[in-house]
Amino acid sequence: MKKLFSKAVLAPWIATIILFVVWEVSVRAFDVEEFILPSPTATFGALIEFWGPIWHNAFQTLFTTVVGFLIAIAFGFVLGVAVGASALLYQALYPLLIGFNSIPKVAVVPILVLWFGIGTVPAIITAFLISFFPIVVNVATGIATLEPELQEVLRSLGARRLDILRKVGIPRAMPYFFASLKIAITLAFVGSVIAETVAANSGIGHLMLQASSSFRVPLVFAGLIVIAFLGIVMYVIAAVIERRFTGWATRGGAAGEYATGG
Amino acid sequence: MSATISIEEASLSYGGEGGLLALADASLSVDRGEFVAVVGPSGCGKSSLLKLVSGLYPALKGRVSVNGEAVTGPLKIVGMAFQNPVMLPWRTTIENVLLPLEVVEPHRGQFRRRRAEYRGWAEALLGTVGLAGFGDKNPWELSGGMQQRASLCRALIHKPDLLLLDEPFAALDAFTREELWGVLQDLWQEHKFTVVLVTHDLREAVYLADRVYVVSSRPGRIIHTRDVSLARPRRLETTFEPGFVELVHELRDHISQARQAAA
Ligand SMILES: Nc1ncnc2c1ncn2[C@@H]1O[C@H](COP(=O)(O)OP(=O)(O)OP(=O)(O)O)[C@@H](O)[C@H]1O
Ligand SMILES: [Mg+2]
Repeated sequence: MKKLFSKAVLAPWIATIILFVVWEVSVRAFDVEEFILPSPTATFGALIEFWGPIWHNAFQTLFTTVVGFLIAIAFGFVLGVAVGASALLYQALYPLLIGFNSIPKVAVVPILVLWFGIGTVPAIITAFLISFFPIVVNVATGIATLEPELQEVLRSLGARRLDILRKVGIPRAMPYFFASLKIAITLAFVGSVIAETVAANSGIGHLMLQASSSFRVPLVFAGLIVIAFLGIVMYVIAAVIERRFTGWATRGGAAGEYATGG
Repeated sequence: MSATISIEEASLSYGGEGGLLALADASLSVDRGEFVAVVGPSGCGKSSLLKLVSGLYPALKGRVSVNGEAVTGPLKIVGMAFQNPVMLPWRTTIENVLLPLEVVEPHRGQFRRRRAEYRGWAEALLGTVGLAGFGDKNPWELSGGMQQRASLCRALIHKPDLLLLDEPFAALDAFTREELWGVLQDLWQEHKFTVVLVTHDLREAVYLADRVYVVSSRPGRIIHTRDVSLARPRRLETTFEPGFVELVHELRDHISQARQAAA
């Protein structure tokens, strides 16, 4: 158990406070106009003033993000297992996946609008598209890097491929899987917000776009802060689940290093 | 029960005809309940020989048979242990030892029903290798030597007829290694399974085996066969007796010849 006021607990808070203080002081010292860079006080002012619409739109963004993320988990896990377990599928699909991941998702949103119209669906799909890739790569890596000795032990006992996958491959891939979730959830936010700024009539992205077109820059920054905050909360949830399920991977303290594609 | 092995003029090549020839025209035969050791320079195809016997890799030509039947695929009963104990870190030690019973016929179908009984087997086996009471520890909480003992238990839990060992003690310190020779010899004398042990350690080969095969540099051929008729059970004192030392020297000569021939 960490102590309540240990260095590890305090450090991130202190770093955050320093960031805001430097920001505030710089804005005041250089007399920066509010429509270029609002100060933290102005930003938090906007956050309080527009609390109602911010909350409403943040909830919408959270919703699209989580739905897109859940689809990405299901799809990414299944595809990752398939690609990791079959060398042929790996060879067949890997170039496609890389190519697909290289496409900027902003470029996809107009197509999604064409197909599904403006609203929630393009945001969910964008969140999904942007976040499934690291899950696939990590799960596939976890399964494909199974120790050959272990495969030999099991195969010499007559284990079928499915046995090896169930008993060893998938459990072994779990730390890779959870590590990828932490990246995927933050990417899913990026996807949602990108889609909202292009093709939605609600959500934080939409709110920020509207605010900036009417030069309410503090509100834009308030939106950024809310997204960052939600991102941190979701990351922490993913990290807690990770530790809960794959504590063995860190072997009592020494943090395991896992590949994190994306 | 235990198995007989017969390999006749078998070759093994990675990448098929024209690929990398690891073994060339190797022949050996092992009787029921015999303990044989295979020694040879590094990379000469010793591990490949074990893959041939277990059916994990097919022979390019020649015949491999176990219990009189030609080997055409994984044998489904073999116990194996390697230099790297490869324990599953998300399972406790005893759950690692039980893994083969979850996979191998006929136990896999009865695993749930007979779980308590199987745990009893595993605990007894852990006891014989000096790991009594460590079953519920995580494998990474065990030392390298303890993990290797557990890996031996995993190789034996399903009472295999055939035990294939690929340098299982190579990563251990000399004291632990010599202690485990004794442990393995006791287990073998009790259960009388057939053993093929691959090793770099000539003293280990002479201590444990009824017969030692010396393999040439790649492509591996069997260039020398030596029966070891020292009395059982062999003890550490045996390794200081002139007969033992002489045998080790003789084998060493053959290996250095094999290495010079390659150079
Ligand atoms: N899976 C594989 N694919 C291709 N070549 C292989 C493979 N496994 C082994 N080889 C090659 O076959 C040859 C024999 O390898 P093997 O592992 O049988 O040697 P070894 O006698 O066990 O060596 P060591 O004593 O170092 O363990 C080596 O040249 C090796 O590079
Ligand atoms: Mg080897």
